[in-house]
Amino acid sequence: MLDNYLPIFTLILIAVCFAIGSTVFSGLIGQKKPSEVKLAPYECGMPLVGTARERFSVKFYIIAMLFIVFDIEVVFMYPWAVMFKRLGMFGFVEMGVFILILLVGYIYVWKKGALEWE
Amino acid sequence: MSDLLLSLALILVKLGLIFGVILGMAAYLVLAERKILGRMQLRHGPNRLGPFGLIQPMADVIKLITKEDFMPDQADKWLFLFAPGLTALTALLSFVVVPFAPPLTIFGRELPMVVCDLNIGLLYFLGISSLGVYGVVIGGWASNSKYSLLGAMRSIGQLLSYELAMGLALIPVVLSAKSFSLTDVVMSQADWPNLLKHPVAFLIFLVSIAAESKRTPFDMPEAENEIVGGFHTEYSGMRFGLFFVGEYINLVIIGSMLTVLFLGGWHGPLLPPIVWFAIKVLFVAFCFIWARGTMPRLRYDQLLHLGWKVLIPLALLNLLVTAAVLLAIG
Repeated sequence: MLDNYLPIFTLILIAVCFAIGSTVFSGLIGQKKPSEVKLAPYECGMPLVGTARERFSVKFYIIAMLFIVFDIEVVFMYPWAVMFKRLGMFGFVEMGVFILILLVGYIYVWKKGALEWE
Repeated sequence: MSDLLLSLALILVKLGLIFGVILGMAAYLVLAERKILGRMQLRHGPNRLGPFGLIQPMADVIKLITKEDFMPDQADKWLFLFAPGLTALTALLSFVVVPFAPPLTIFGRELPMVVCDLNIGLLYFLGISSLGVYGVVIGGWASNSKYSLLGAMRSIGQLLSYELAMGLALIPVVLSAKSFSLTDVVMSQADWPNLLKHPVAFLIFLVSIAAESKRTPFDMPEAENEIVGGFHTEYSGMRFGLFFVGEYINLVIIGSMLTVLFLGGWHGPLLPPIVWFAIKVLFVAFCFIWARGTMPRLRYDQLLHLGWKVLIPLALLNLLVTAAVLLAIG
């Protein structure tokens, strides 16, 4: 069983070596002339205004929460899709009911205005 | 014992081959993209180094390596170093499950033409590709710059929204393949490619995978002309190079996944299977570059509107209709 994943672990090893190796190598042979202005965050050459650690629109967090809810439901559909033939009519009706419940939540979210971005 | 050594050697050979081919393809896709975009804008594109600028990728690598590699002093040090590596790693890992030719029989042993034929290949691809969001978000947040933060936040919203539609669009493919193994998915397309069997799923998948890889017209996380490169604004030298390589490896992966899942994989008349696979992958890559040359960028509210209010309901409906049709024809 674990044999199947051996190439993946090997590739992770190779890829990590590649990533670390290339950046370290580049750090060794690249020039180093740091200055205060160069190390400041880039803002089109203007003096800095405030910091980047500010509050951010809540819309992005709502998207993330909705994603978790809906993605878990999508996960349930994968095993159903593989076993579809064996489950037959029963499985189809079950999935229809499941999607119906999902739709109620979806319509609620829509009506609440969580999907509006204007 | 010798059996184990043989399979280990085989894995290493395959990995080395794949690693070389992928990195080479990524390097030359950069050149191809610059050439094609140049031609579309009535320019020549790079043409100074070697015939048709063919040595340009090598020169680019040397330039990136010898550039000064500095870190903004307000940056979150470890996360800043970690993010580009993670992006390149997740991009490289996806390719392991892509089957590029039918299993070969040598010396009475069946040799699958895929690095590892996982029985959960499709789930593995979805999982690894959703890990890709971490590299972008961590990089954008750790830079501690406003442009980077904007890019990171935009990419969270975009990647999460389109991952749902992408996942739903793949279910019809699983329904007709009855397996998560990508080799089985290609085998199930021996008669007709999934493009003809599931056209709606194909369109949804095409749009969402373009959005997932932040390609034009969905390149708001990078948007050079408003947030100067977004999440990689503060990156320089080889660390920027890793983000860049990751992006072009992703283009190869998009091509391969579209080929495997919808365009019939290695199936095709006359030519050998591996040639067909390469042709299809390169054609898809060309189409994505073409889109970059011709399409304007979406606005962010249009993007989320398309993702949540069009693609997700359409994908759910398509899923039910496909299941009903499959049930009816048995």
